[in-house]
This record gives sequence, C-alpha cells and structure tokens, in this order.
Amino acid sequence: MSNKKKTKLSVKRRSFLTNTVKAGVFSAAAVSGFPYVWFKQGNAYAAKNEIKVGVLFSLTGGLAIIEESLHKATIMAIEEINAAGGINGMKLRAVEADPASDPATFAAKARTLVIKDKCVTVFGSYTSASRKAVLPVFEKQNNLYFYPTLYEGRECSKNVIYTGAVPNQQQDDFIPYLVKTYGKRWSLIGSNYIYPKEENNYCKILLKKLGCEVLMEEYVPLGHSEFSSVVNKFKNDKPNVIFSTVVGDSVVALHKQYRAAGLNPEKMPMASLTTSENEVAAMGGDAAAGHLTSAPYFMVHQSAENEKFVSSYKKRWGSDKVTHFVSEPAYFGVYLFKQALEKIGKGDITPNTIREAVKGQEMIAPQGKIKIDPATLHTYLWPKIGICKSNGQFDIIQKTDQWRKPIPYAAYPNQTCTEKGLVTS
Amino acid sequence: MDFFISQFISGLSMTSILLMISLGLAIIYGTTGVINMAHGEFVMIGAYTSWFLQTTFGMGLLVSIIPIFLITALMGFLIERIVIRHLYNRLLDTILATWGIGVLLQQFIRLTVGSELKYLKIPSFMAESMTLFGQEVSIYRVFIFVFAILTFFVAWFIIFKTSFGIRLRAVTQNKDIASCFGINSGVVYSSTFAFGTGIAAVAGAFIAPLKSISPDMGTNYIIDAFMVVVLGGVESLIGTAASSLIIGETSSFLASFSNDTLAKALVLLMIIIILRIKPQGLFTKRTRS
Repeated sequence: MSNKKKTKLSVKRRSFLTNTVKAGVFSAAAVSGFPYVWFKQGNAYAAKNEIKVGVLFSLTGGLAIIEESLHKATIMAIEEINAAGGINGMKLRAVEADPASDPATFAAKARTLVIKDKCVTVFGSYTSASRKAVLPVFEKQNNLYFYPTLYEGRECSKNVIYTGAVPNQQQDDFIPYLVKTYGKRWSLIGSNYIYPKEENNYCKILLKKLGCEVLMEEYVPLGHSEFSSVVNKFKNDKPNVIFSTVVGDSVVALHKQYRAAGLNPEKMPMASLTTSENEVAAMGGDAAAGHLTSAPYFMVHQSAENEKFVSSYKKRWGSDKVTHFVSEPAYFGVYLFKQALEKIGKGDITPNTIREAVKGQEMIAPQGKIKIDPATLHTYLWPKIGICKSNGQFDIIQKTDQWRKPIPYAAYPNQTCTEKGLVTS
Repeated sequence: MDFFISQFISGLSMTSILLMISLGLAIIYGTTGVINMAHGEFVMIGAYTSWFLQTTFGMGLLVSIIPIFLITALMGFLIERIVIRHLYNRLLDTILATWGIGVLLQQFIRLTVGSELKYLKIPSFMAESMTLFGQEVSIYRVFIFVFAILTFFVAWFIIFKTSFGIRLRAVTQNKDIASCFGINSGVVYSSTFAFGTGIAAVAGAFIAPLKSISPDMGTNYIIDAFMVVVLGGVESLIGTAASSLIIGETSSFLASFSNDTLAKALVLLMIIIILRIKPQGLFTKRTRS
C-alpha cells in the first residue's frame, strides 16, 4: 500500500516540477519583457501612472504609541500631494505595512515592500533597532529609506535619507545654554540601549570642554517605570542639570515621580532630547512644566508652513492630536521625495536617480528652511530650545541663528561620512 | 544615614506596589490553580477604566474605586464562566487561554481607545510631598502604601474570617471532599476569579497616576507579579506580602548602590538561587499529599 502511494506521489512531483519550470520561464519573460510593451515609460517603478511608496510604521505593539503619529503624518503628506495633482501627473500610492513593533517583522515587511510590491522608496520606523533591522534590506536591494527620527548618528548609508537630528544638532547650542543658565554639576540618566549612550558620549565631550562635572551616569531598562531610587540619587547629589535620554513611557513615569517627590525644576531641571508634546500630553502639564527640550521643531513654532501643518493635521486626524519633532520630519520627508521626482521629471525613476536628485534639495519645512546634505544624506536643521509650560506646550526660549550642519560622527573626530562612504583617518 | 532612610522608604513604596499587583494573581492561583497570563491586562483594564471614569464623568480616583472594582470583577466573573471554567486541571490549556484573553483585551483597548499614552492625574491634594522621618516623601506613594496594607487585610479577612473564606479554603485543600460537604465549588471559583480580577484592576487604577497608561503596560507588571508569587509560595498570603517586601527592598538597595538595570538582573538571580534551594517558594503549607 505504501508503495502505491509513493509512485503516485512521485508522478505528481514530477508533473509539479515541470509545471514549476514552465511557470518560472513564463514569469521571467513577463518580468523582463512585458513592462516594455505595456508601459511607454519602460519604468517598473512608475507603472500605470502610479508611483508606489512603502509606509512602514507599527500600528500594533509597544511602538504604536509613537509610530501611529508618524504613520498619520506620512499618509497625510501623501494625500496632500495627490490632492494637489500628484507628481508630474502621476499619483503616489501608499503601500502600508504594519511591522508590529518587532525588528524581525520590520525586516520581513521591508523586504516585501521592496521586492514584491516594488516600492521605489519606503518611509518608516522610529527606533534605531528597527532601522538597523531594515538597513541590510535596503542596502542589498539598493532601495531608498526615509528615516524621520532624531537618532544617535554614527551611520553612513547611501540608502537612507535621515530627516531627523543627530547629536551635534541637538546639543551644540543646548549644552552651553544649560551650563550658563543652571550650572556645572550634571547627572545623566538614560534608557539602556545605544541611543542614550551615544548621546551621552557626545554630551560628555561638550561638558568636558566646558569644565563641568558629571555626578552620575545611569541607564534604566527599557520600559522601566519605577524611578524612586533614581529620584533619591537626584536628591542626594543635587545636580544643577539632569540630562535625560530616557525614552517612551519611562519618560512619563520619570517626570511624574520627580514631581511627586517634590523636586524643583527651577533649581534642577531635566533637560531632554526626547520629551515631545506627545509625551507631555501623557504626563500632564504639571509634571512637565519647567523642564527643557532641545529639538528642531515644536508645535508652537510660528511660521505659515507650521500653521498649515498643524491645522491640516488636526483637521485630518482629530482636534486633540499633537504634532511633534518626529512627525514633522516624517511629513516633510514625503515632500522632499516629491521634489526629487520633479527634478527627475521625465527621466528614469529608480532609487538611484531619486537619491541623486534628493542630494542638496532644499525646502521650507514647518521648522524652517531645510536642506539635504549631499555627503551624508542627513538634513540641515534648525535646533530650538523649548521650556515646557503647564498647559502642555513649549515656550521657545532660544533659536539658532543659522541652520545646523549634520555631523553624524561628531563624537568620533577621526571618522567622517562622505559621499563615497565612511572615511577613517 | 539620610540616604539609607530614603532608600528604605523607596523600598517600602516598591513593596506596596508589588503587593497590590501580585495579590490578585496569588489569590487566583492559590485557589483555582490557574496560571493567569491575562493578569497584567486586568491591571491595564483597571487603569483604563479609571481613565474613562475620570475623563467622561469627572470622577476622582477615590470615588471611582468601587465602580472600578465592580465593573472589572464582573468582567472576571464572565471570563471565568465562559472560558476558564471548562479548562480546570488542564494547566497548559489555561495558560494558553488566559494568554489569548490578554491579547484580546490589549487589542480591544487599542481599537477602541487608541494606542497613544493616556494621562491620569494624581488627586490634587496628594500631588505634593510631605516630610516623613526627615525625608521628603510623595504623599501619593504613602497613600498607595496605606491602601496596599488595607487591601491585604481585607483579603486576609475575607479568606480567614468569613464563611465564604472557609468554603474557599476547603475547596482549595480538596475540591472533591468539599463538594461532598455541599460546597458549590463552581461558585467559589468564579467569585474568587472575580475578586482577584477586581483587586488587580484597582491596583492598576492606583499605580497608573504615578506611571503611564498604555495598552501594553500589563506586560511589565505581570513579570513582577509572577516573581513575587513564585518567590513567596503560591498558596500563602503572608508569603506574597513577605516576598513583596524582600523584592522591593532588595531592588531599592541594589539600585542605590549600582543602578536599576543591574538591580533587576541581580534580583532575578537571587530568586533563581532561592528557588533552587526552596522550589515551592519561601512560604509553603505542609500537607500530607
């Protein structure tokens, strides 16, 4: 009986094999031949007058807290561009994928967007962990990735356009201001992963130059919510400034517990690179008031472009929604993409041509006039210092007088990112 | 010395939070033998119920304790009746089923309320700090401490001083013989489950103002709760209290000498070593079985 089954199976297997080969030959012909016949542009990335772009933000899982707002900002920009007639007569089509806050899923979904869906560019991710997870996909397939988050720098890829800030942009004005205003005794507190450690590396270099003393440098586990020991150390050490690179819901717990313990932000403010309007809304204005943040964008920034951005965002997604310094780069990133395509015009639309076209591209973003640095593919930005008020918004107390050049390897003077890649001297 | 006292007080505060979140888990596991993986989500539901009552009806935290307890206890009761009831004595199945319930609850909140962090405020008269043994201490933390002790004694009173408690203990010791004496074990089980759920939810509502509220907040708490219950011994209320104290104070002092990341790892290591020596936990009942 088992013999019979085997023969049957092998026949099936053989026919299956031949069929597969036939199908394979057929589809190979389809890939190489048909598009040239069917589409006059001969361009697989801009078929049927449609340009497919991937949108890769988590809508489920822990990161959804923040990535949902990035998703919304990106989608809104795409809708706006389409409503205004698209790009060179072609519409953008967003292919949305939900990587569920998991780096491995990020990589898998990125691969699907690039290989199967043939997106010419993908907009996505918030954390460094997920960027690092998708990076090999974009480098291997030579595709393009727009990354909106401020991050730790120390990366030089020709497949990523970084629209967020790197350490030198957020800290170069911020640290001297804090030393001058509050004093030279500092405590550093961060979440335990690469971003806070790299920010602190750069911070310590600046502090050393300014002759400051670091009383404590500590890292808490991601998602940590019990800060009573940390707060006790603040009470004991009495630093002039607490430099905080704690991220996510931990920021909320830290601020609330600092406030409940009766510490005074006027004497011992927390200075942060990661506390945005989003986190402030979750901790309440009382707990946030008096603490400082440095960022290229605040919701209260006054400019015609920002007024339009904030009002369209509220109109599209709800009047209680806030815009912040990660959703703004997510938004203008799509417009940079649009400008690059307009520059290409009738030419071939591929990740390579878009990258070349986006180099040196300038535009007026909600935060001010920004520019893509041709060498590093990072962005010239306008850092501002904001102090939080009890109504949950920031007061901008200092603006830079000129845009800040991105230096992704600022803490590593012997390394430079260039158009040809990383150069070590 | 000052630092020692303030660290000791921090430890007590951590103890009270651990006690509140693990009490419900200990009661449910001790009685029904169900390892409730949805416990963290019950804590989360409590926080969201509190947020809902505060933003919709303007109810303060203290006023909303009773509605929160009743709403979530009802939820626990229904979950027991619909799902858990059919799975008693099937350990793996209950783990899987309660895990699934947890995922459902998380996604339910995500779809209805949204996934962004929510804000729950500390009642204004408790928002400041007070001086205790020469240390500035958050009034709200003191309040949580007092409330945790209170909850513990209410649970102790119900289990050891009421006729329901007698039935509950009888069912815990031997379900079949208890049934022979006319005790309806089904009712005991579902009310225990409801009670445990209610306590978890109230814990969530009280802790949330000090921390943050998100759909996946429960996953952090359930690990802590399990550590407490496993270390204390699963059938002992005193064990739960004692192991909360041990974990709370140890974390607090380790964190003060090193940092929170290391403290967390060392506490886990300590628990593993203790369980190697006493696999049943620190406090176990001697039985003939």
